[in-house]
Amino acid sequence: MNNAARILVSVMLVAGVAACAKKAVKTDGPVEQPAVTDTQPAGDTGRYKVGDLDSDSCLRQRVVYFDLDRTEIKPEFSAQIACHAEYLRQFPNARVTLEGHADERGTREYNLGLGERRGNAVQSAVSAAGASMGQLNVVSYGEERPVDRGHDESAWAKNRRVEIVYTSAN
Amino acid sequence: MNNRFLIRLSLALLLCVLGNSAIGQGLSIDITDGSRTADPVAVVPFAFEGAGLPPETDVAEIVRADLARSGKFFTLAKRDIVEFPTRESEVQFATWRLLKQNYLVVGRVADAGEGALRVEFELFDVARQSRMLGLAISGQRTGMRDVAHRIADLIYEKILGVRGAFWTRIAYVTSVGLGQNTQYALMVADSDGFNPQVVVRSREPLMSPAWSPDGRKLAYVSFERSNSAIYIQDVSTGSRELISAQKGINGGPAFSPDGSKLAMNLSYAGSPDIYIMDLATRKTTRLTSHFAIDVEAAWMPDGRSLVFTSDRSGKPQLYEVPLSGGDASRLTFQGQYNARATICCDGKKIAMAQGTGNVYRITVFDRATGTYSDISPGNVDESPSFAPNGSMLIYAATEGSRGVLYAVSTDGRVRQRLVLADGDVREPAWSPFRQR
Repeated sequence: MNNAARILVSVMLVAGVAACAKKAVKTDGPVEQPAVTDTQPAGDTGRYKVGDLDSDSCLRQRVVYFDLDRTEIKPEFSAQIACHAEYLRQFPNARVTLEGHADERGTREYNLGLGERRGNAVQSAVSAAGASMGQLNVVSYGEERPVDRGHDESAWAKNRRVEIVYTSAN
Repeated sequence: MNNRFLIRLSLALLLCVLGNSAIGQGLSIDITDGSRTADPVAVVPFAFEGAGLPPETDVAEIVRADLARSGKFFTLAKRDIVEFPTRESEVQFATWRLLKQNYLVVGRVADAGEGALRVEFELFDVARQSRMLGLAISGQRTGMRDVAHRIADLIYEKILGVRGAFWTRIAYVTSVGLGQNTQYALMVADSDGFNPQVVVRSREPLMSPAWSPDGRKLAYVSFERSNSAIYIQDVSTGSRELISAQKGINGGPAFSPDGSKLAMNLSYAGSPDIYIMDLATRKTTRLTSHFAIDVEAAWMPDGRSLVFTSDRSGKPQLYEVPLSGGDASRLTFQGQYNARATICCDGKKIAMAQGTGNVYRITVFDRATGTYSDISPGNVDESPSFAPNGSMLIYAATEGSRGVLYAVSTDGRVRQRLVLADGDVREPAWSPFRQR
């Protein structure tokens, strides 16, 4: 990708994250705390503490789903991206592997590429929202690790995903 | 090609000749287009003239099944065989002319000393009432399937003038189980799916097996290092070398026709591109530089250019690039999605997985005429691989919750399912010719 396109994508992702944060909070009824209002990131360190990865309702969400053949992050995942970014910003030694996956349609090597693109999209978004790139490792599994072995749209939708896997919590 | 089966023959063949792992293996053959003529050939069961027990392997039946699977021959069913000649002196040509057979194969099995067996066979031209071939091949009792495939190769070559490819092997990947309990294996079996052997077993995904041109080594992708990495392994000794473990994707290995280089797709520079490694020096050069996904390189038989998959135009399509570098030119313009090329026949034919909507079929592209012919019915067909003589392809398909392999004649006329294992079976790669 050339630089102009890279910047454009980053700007779009940041805009997406900012624009959609409020919506996500609204739709999340049972959330106890307003997990995501991250429009002024500077200054307020200390929102999360160690252990929140297992208890915080936003941080516990670790899967970002994608549309067919697409690598854009859908608005409903902006809140999730933002809270992980905030956690990583707060804990600079925390490390994450972003595991990119594709559905079974299409060829396996191409789907490795597609899974990596999705991993890279989440990496850019999380990094744009506050984490450092060095905390985010991308590994693509293509279509090799389905969570649903069905052959219909509902199975495919579950398999087109990026899983956020913490390899170090803090 | 349409999907209506003009003739559908399901021959449930009970083969009671198998090793442990293959017991109960069922084979079925679909003749998808009966309007074209294949050469009728009768393979008479071979007589056993040795001293001890006859071999467990029915050599003539394996020869018959090979010839039938090729799509070039229509074989006489065992129940329609009324005479059982074992040598030229016993052949009455009138009988076989009446049965409308063009060719006749007879044979016998005898002791060859030290437990080995000697299989003698003869091929006749029925119309000319003449012997075309008479040969003997010896082997151990446990190697009778190999002997049978070699006989089928010789018959195929004598009649058609093209080297047979039955005495070859296929590599493929299996997976059993779900989630964290999935077990992956890289397997090698005979070209008809028998004698499956484990080459690599892993709890992490295995992908993309590719044969070296001498048939001794396999390159493949393994995730055992928590990311994709490329290995080359000697099939018989098991010794292996790590070839590439860069950041990002290490995928799509393909040996050059002379075996000196390995093409791969690597993404450490940002997105997957095609790279070429000189295997002697381990020096790697970059062949494509594009922000699109460039993967699945396949060598042209002359080794001077490669065909690969790229989505630089939006959707995956096939492109060709000279080994010396330079611009890639687009090869496929029909179909939404064309990927994973396999090349045969001096580069004149390229098979690929072609996707339209949710349906993926194997399609053969004839470069001379610019035509595409579907040779598989879908819906999730992938990973085509040509036999070394270009007469057949093997590909992976999905049936219900499992993956299976199909062998199909290059004209799409005859298709045979190879049931190899429980669970998922995929990514078949047909070996080069074995060294005689």
